[in-house]
Amino acid sequence: MYPENREPEAKEEATPELAESKYSRSSLYKDAWRRLRKNKLAMLGFAIIILLILIAIFAPLIAPYNPTERIKADSSLGPSAKHLFGTDILGRDIFTRVIFGSRISIQVGIVAVGISLTIGLFFGALAGYFGNIPDTIIMRLADIFFAFPYILGAIAIMTILGPGLINIFIAIGILGWAYFARLFRGSILSIKNKEYIEAARALGASNFRIITKHIFPNAFAPMIVYGTMNVGTAIIVEAALSFLGLGVQPPTPAWGEMLSESLKYINTAPWMMFFPGFAIVITVLGFVLFGDGLRDAFDPRMK
Amino acid sequence: MDNNNLLEVKNLKKYFYLRSGFFFQKSAGSVKAVDDISFKIKEGETFGLVGESGCGKSTTARAILRLIEPTDGQVIYEGEDILSFPRKKMFDIRKKIQIIFQDPYASLSPRMTIGDIISEPMEIHNIGDKKYREKRVKKLLEIVGLNPEHINRYPHEFSGGQRQRIGVARALVLNPKLILCDEPVSALDVSVQAQILNLMTDLQKEFNLTYLFIAHDLSVVKHVSNNIAVMYLGKIVEVASSEALYENPLHPYTMGLLSAVPIPDPELEKKRKRIILTGDVPSPIDPPSGCRFHPRCPIAKEICSKQEPELKNYSEDGKKHLSACFFAGKSIVK
Repeated sequence: MYPENREPEAKEEATPELAESKYSRSSLYKDAWRRLRKNKLAMLGFAIIILLILIAIFAPLIAPYNPTERIKADSSLGPSAKHLFGTDILGRDIFTRVIFGSRISIQVGIVAVGISLTIGLFFGALAGYFGNIPDTIIMRLADIFFAFPYILGAIAIMTILGPGLINIFIAIGILGWAYFARLFRGSILSIKNKEYIEAARALGASNFRIITKHIFPNAFAPMIVYGTMNVGTAIIVEAALSFLGLGVQPPTPAWGEMLSESLKYINTAPWMMFFPGFAIVITVLGFVLFGDGLRDAFDPRMK
Repeated sequence: MDNNNLLEVKNLKKYFYLRSGFFFQKSAGSVKAVDDISFKIKEGETFGLVGESGCGKSTTARAILRLIEPTDGQVIYEGEDILSFPRKKMFDIRKKIQIIFQDPYASLSPRMTIGDIISEPMEIHNIGDKKYREKRVKKLLEIVGLNPEHINRYPHEFSGGQRQRIGVARALVLNPKLILCDEPVSALDVSVQAQILNLMTDLQKEFNLTYLFIAHDLSVVKHVSNNIAVMYLGKIVEVASSEALYENPLHPYTMGLLSAVPIPDPELEKKRKRIILTGDVPSPIDPPSGCRFHPRCPIAKEICSKQEPELKNYSEDGKKHLSACFFAGKSIVK
């Protein structure tokens, strides 16, 4: 059934075969990346995210002033060459504060979503894979979380825990888990009954192995998409909390807190509000565009 | 009892219980997917299991492997009832019994390379080291007619027939004795079907394999099987050697099935009288009383709806030919 002359022929082919197979040897992620690169909006989002992360990391090198430094003579100045985005009522450079504010937003976005994702993956996997009683308990618990509007829940938790960056991580992180758990449970349910899972079970694979080797890699793509989009949501919630005075406390620069401080001067000094607001919009837009692109890229029907 | 039976299934039952109500769950009847079936498979033979969709063929295969726990009955493999095995022993026996699935697109994980897929059984059962496994995978790819160079490719880069070959390689990697083939060719094109069937018969000779071959296509089963059991609605209605079944079917359901196999010659096809079974398969939640086939049976009499016919031997020449019909062998062509 296997022709005799196959052996040398295969050897001859070996080099081009390998070269070609490097290209066509495409896992889902490589395929998705290839498709993603063609999506201009997604790449714009990706560029925004990368730029933002770089800004956050190198904030002290980029910013011309100290974010908490008050220059009394320069209070409430409009944008100029000296103060690119103008100054606020206390004479602090807004450009500097927007740059440092990105640190808070990025941290909250990544850490809070990381917490939600971890809790959500764990409980979603339990609920989806084992079904029955674990499923009922976890999903009813999730329903309780769904019952709270996101922001209202965050306000409630922050009121209990008190303001502060760590508490923001906790509040946003804990509130988000249910969404991740529900999504992950759903994608596990759809995969659980596939024949390749049955094949693994017929071989005697342990539950742990089936979950980690077969279910996770196949169920994970939607989680990446949802996680990316959720970073934007987390940033908005953080901004809202800071705006309400429940989040990061002054004088630490945070976009939401800058908005709230500048609200009073919206008629006389609109730049105080415009720049941090614009920063929030751009950041969230970046994550949403990238997440959108990821969703399309992971969808095999978009090929 | 003769001792060369590799697998014996005795009174196997699998009921799925339906529940209704949310807080106070009550039993709302059961689906008798497999209802008291028995058969024996000799070492080295191919045992065909045929029947319409939903008659319990696949459930039988899954129950044998304990992928779903059977409700009752025995599955005796090499003299031991594997249904009573504790976890550890069951784990060991899984090396000897493998399964090939129907859908080559669903039975391979899309995120694993075919090398990983085929070497996974060895990983699970802790056989060999990395080097040995890779060698073995390459060897198997060659055996099933694939290029060993493709070891690092992903399943979606292969065609349906090639994927089924990968599935066959995975089933072979642990040197099993028994392979349950759950409609292994039903999802493939006819030309590819023949290739896979030939591959499977070649492998059977080479590695002395025993097959339980499940299909709904009688012409396929005839091609490969030594003995055939016909299932209808969770019950076996006829068991015979494949020649006997085709030449002299005893059960009216078997006759109906055989009559549905198209003849490639249009002249013959025009001339023959076809038996067309009317109606659908009844719901297994509420199967008909007596003989389960009687509402669709052209020769049903009163007794058929009252009493359940037993599976009895009707053979005159000493070979086994079992049928569960009160009027076994009676022609149903009007």
